[in-house]
Amino acid sequence: MTYLRPNFRHPELPKNALGYTRQYYEGRLSTLCAGCGHDSISGAIIQACFEMAIEPHRLAKLSGIGCSSKTPTYFLANSHGFNSVHGRMPSVATGANLANRDLIYLGVSGDGDTASIGMGQFVHAVRRNLNITYIVMNNGCYGLTKGQDSATADKGSINKTGVANQFQTIDLAGLAMELGATFVGRSFSGDKEQLIPMIKAALVHEGFAFIDVLSPCVTFNNNTGSTKSYDYVRDHIEATAAVDYVPVKTEITAQYAEGTNKMIRMHDGSLVELHKLAPGWDPLDRGLAYSRLNESRAKGEILTGIIYMEPQSRDLHYMLDTDTRPLNTLNEADLCPGQEALEVINSENR
Amino acid sequence: MQQLSSINDLVIRFANVNGTGSASANNLFAKSIFRMGIPVTPKNIFPSNIQGLPTWYEVRVSDKGYLGRRNGIDIMVCVNPQSMKNDVESVRPGGYFMYDSSRPLAKQYLRDDIHYIGIPMIRICQALFPQPRQQQLLKNVVYVGALTALLDIEVDVVKTLISEEFRKKEKLIPLNFQALEAGIDYVHKHYQYPLGLRLERRNKVGNWIMIDGNSACALGAIYAGATVAAWYPITPSTSVVDAFTKYAKRLRTDPVTGKKKYAIVQAEDELAAMGVVIGAMWNGARSFTATSGPGVSLMNEFIGLAYFAEIPAVLIDVQRGGPSTGMPTRTQQSDILLAAYASHGDTKHPLLFPASPKECFEMTAEAFDLAERMQTPVMVMTDLDLGMNDHLSPPFEWDDSKQFDRGKVLNAEDLEKVKEFGRYLDVDGDGIPYRTIPGTHPTKGSFFTRGSSKDEYARYTEEGEAYKRNMDRLLKKWETIKDLVPGPEISGTGNSKEGLLFFGTSAYAALEATDRLGTAGVKVDTLRLKAFPFNAAVRDFIEQHERVYVVEQNRDAQMRSLLMIELGIDPKKLISILNYDGFPITAGLIVNGILKFHPEVQAIVGNGQQAGPGDATVNRKL
Repeated sequence: MTYLRPNFRHPELPKNALGYTRQYYEGRLSTLCAGCGHDSISGAIIQACFEMAIEPHRLAKLSGIGCSSKTPTYFLANSHGFNSVHGRMPSVATGANLANRDLIYLGVSGDGDTASIGMGQFVHAVRRNLNITYIVMNNGCYGLTKGQDSATADKGSINKTGVANQFQTIDLAGLAMELGATFVGRSFSGDKEQLIPMIKAALVHEGFAFIDVLSPCVTFNNNTGSTKSYDYVRDHIEATAAVDYVPVKTEITAQYAEGTNKMIRMHDGSLVELHKLAPGWDPLDRGLAYSRLNESRAKGEILTGIIYMEPQSRDLHYMLDTDTRPLNTLNEADLCPGQEALEVINSENR
Repeated sequence: MQQLSSINDLVIRFANVNGTGSASANNLFAKSIFRMGIPVTPKNIFPSNIQGLPTWYEVRVSDKGYLGRRNGIDIMVCVNPQSMKNDVESVRPGGYFMYDSSRPLAKQYLRDDIHYIGIPMIRICQALFPQPRQQQLLKNVVYVGALTALLDIEVDVVKTLISEEFRKKEKLIPLNFQALEAGIDYVHKHYQYPLGLRLERRNKVGNWIMIDGNSACALGAIYAGATVAAWYPITPSTSVVDAFTKYAKRLRTDPVTGKKKYAIVQAEDELAAMGVVIGAMWNGARSFTATSGPGVSLMNEFIGLAYFAEIPAVLIDVQRGGPSTGMPTRTQQSDILLAAYASHGDTKHPLLFPASPKECFEMTAEAFDLAERMQTPVMVMTDLDLGMNDHLSPPFEWDDSKQFDRGKVLNAEDLEKVKEFGRYLDVDGDGIPYRTIPGTHPTKGSFFTRGSSKDEYARYTEEGEAYKRNMDRLLKKWETIKDLVPGPEISGTGNSKEGLLFFGTSAYAALEATDRLGTAGVKVDTLRLKAFPFNAAVRDFIEQHERVYVVEQNRDAQMRSLLMIELGIDPKKLISILNYDGFPITAGLIVNGILKFHPEVQAIVGNGQQAGPGDATVNRKL
């Protein structure tokens, strides 16, 4: 970890559409181990929000407990943050989202937080298609308590003490698919090229946008025999497609070979452009995506990229038919029926 | 044989089979009495079952307006063979046992000290209605008809209620009338009527209403502007959210857009329900959950978070019999200590104790103001008796000029003015800091919320001094809270050496007991707790009396413990009167508890528990 960070910034650092530099999107100094994959993901979040010119106060960042859940302190210092209880971020995010549908919600969790203690809440947030970008920083182990296997550790993966994991792994991307998630992506903390546009696409997706990011634990799970080490992940990665995120007002200029790219229009009018790497790939076909994911797993590949997305997805507010105004802006006149209505109720009970 | 005789003073119990349509007939009976202007209190005694098991409905009629439960059943209407043996035994000597005489009563059910009234309910229905389901449902109306004749209930009142009930299914009205009249006719032909126990029109309920506490809590949440409700189904709190759903649909649907000005989430469990509430409140929307003891157990971790991170939350705890699954369909006040100190570490939480539907309405609404003012979870401690039974209640009132108290929330304008914002800075010296809602200001007022220790500026810290400063400020806030929560209701002359302290649904029985004792020459002053933490008036009351009886509906005298812990009261001074068999407490039990300390009076009055029916008997014995 770095204890010192120079305050000096070049006066001509690039600014985004809001006039903010990238620095404005940073957080406090990370206290995670040097080389932790999580810090790279924080960097990708900062870069994505900077490039998208998100107003920091229009985004709320939420997390559970664990190394991963500490990271919201290390990005977007000008956003409200909520470091909740272990495995319970999805419910807090649900309440927050119901209170104000106009903010962007970014949830950060870990493999222990999501696949073990918080499995129930994760599953139900997916079911409700809560409008949130939900990033799991997945390192296959419990870092803060010194390296115990987590439920996403692959069967046979060897941990730092030399013991092979005997239990079935929980593949969170596969689970999200099974549960009907409307956006499922997987990436690698070391692949910013892929991760940054994927986060952007997730942030504009209406509904539950899930990103499973393999993020090696340098201290407890980066040894030979671990399937979540930097070396292993790099050797086994299999990308579905390269992703480009095109904001609403930008003219599309990039050119790709015909037949290999797919443009997906999001709710806000922006475009997600996928450049297919794998033949027969269609991220809009849940069945195909699911079987491709399973095939890769059987072959020992780590399939990355946007695995599936449903551009026409509608979120929890749509299902509940809530007012278009954020509920937290409604006042007495909107909410309190008054004495007259109460007198009617009184008379109904006589 | 003894003949019971009284006007507007009786207890009648209906023994039914769950799921046979008896509930609406029984309600019809109770409501008829209410419409005759006579104070009445019905109670469901039901199993944790949907169909097939015994269920009872007990109605107490009291000319004097005593609305608590009373021991001693004067009339048993038994339409359930399963429970008949116990039902026969439970009738007090001289009482009446009404049964379906379509088949003869087995000898084992015969007692020589009670009266039997056989009404061939099913046979009457078989003659009148072709369909078996109709026969089963209308059998219940036949016994209401029989009781109408026997107790001298006004037929027009019953018919009006039937017409109102089936306003939307008009075809059913004549069928119900037929069944009602058949019951009346049968009594007219075969029995002397009315009985010595009978009813007479009064004007004693005024403009009062009859409603269950759970509906009242739901209305309180509607009026307080709650927009997010999160819950997990659990008896006996489910009907809070059912009622909220019903009223919200009616009162909170935008007439122009048809959009809902509320959101209800049936969560995956109580943990999540509380998480939703905290998330919504953190983000500036009023939110609540309703649950019972087992749910509060699960919500403990989140309650601790809300306490420490200082996030408002409203929780309605409709208490039931514990521990564990306990007696899920019976009443108790046994979550007091659980709620007061919920969660690990040093925590304490404000509690409110409503004693009537009107207070359920008002205190639920007030809970939102308090929670936001104090930035902490507030729990409304009601119980199954109050929540699921209809109670007579003063009508609900709302002051239309009332503004919600959103507490110390800084808006964008405020943030421009303040020199520095520290989420946990004690600016006003009352221990309550200022908060901001996400999305308020582009550059000012953001902070990080967490359950771990932090300094005044919401920065994570493991520094002992900073942690202690924060914990001490929370204690200072607790002192402030003592004067924000409602004070107790005290009555009596103040000259008595004895005090009677109670809360929640024990109030009905306690006030009746006080009257009975007063007649016997035992004067006690009373204090009804309305909230925790206790303010100075509670301490003063206890100090002013030599002995204070503490009435509560749990085994371990939890409120007494709380008084001892929080006020440092000498245990010897606090005498427990406890009721924990799952039935609502009776005045008799309280009278007995107090008379133990008055042997001279006990010798005259006898056992208060068996002193029914009501005060008439007590008076006579005196």
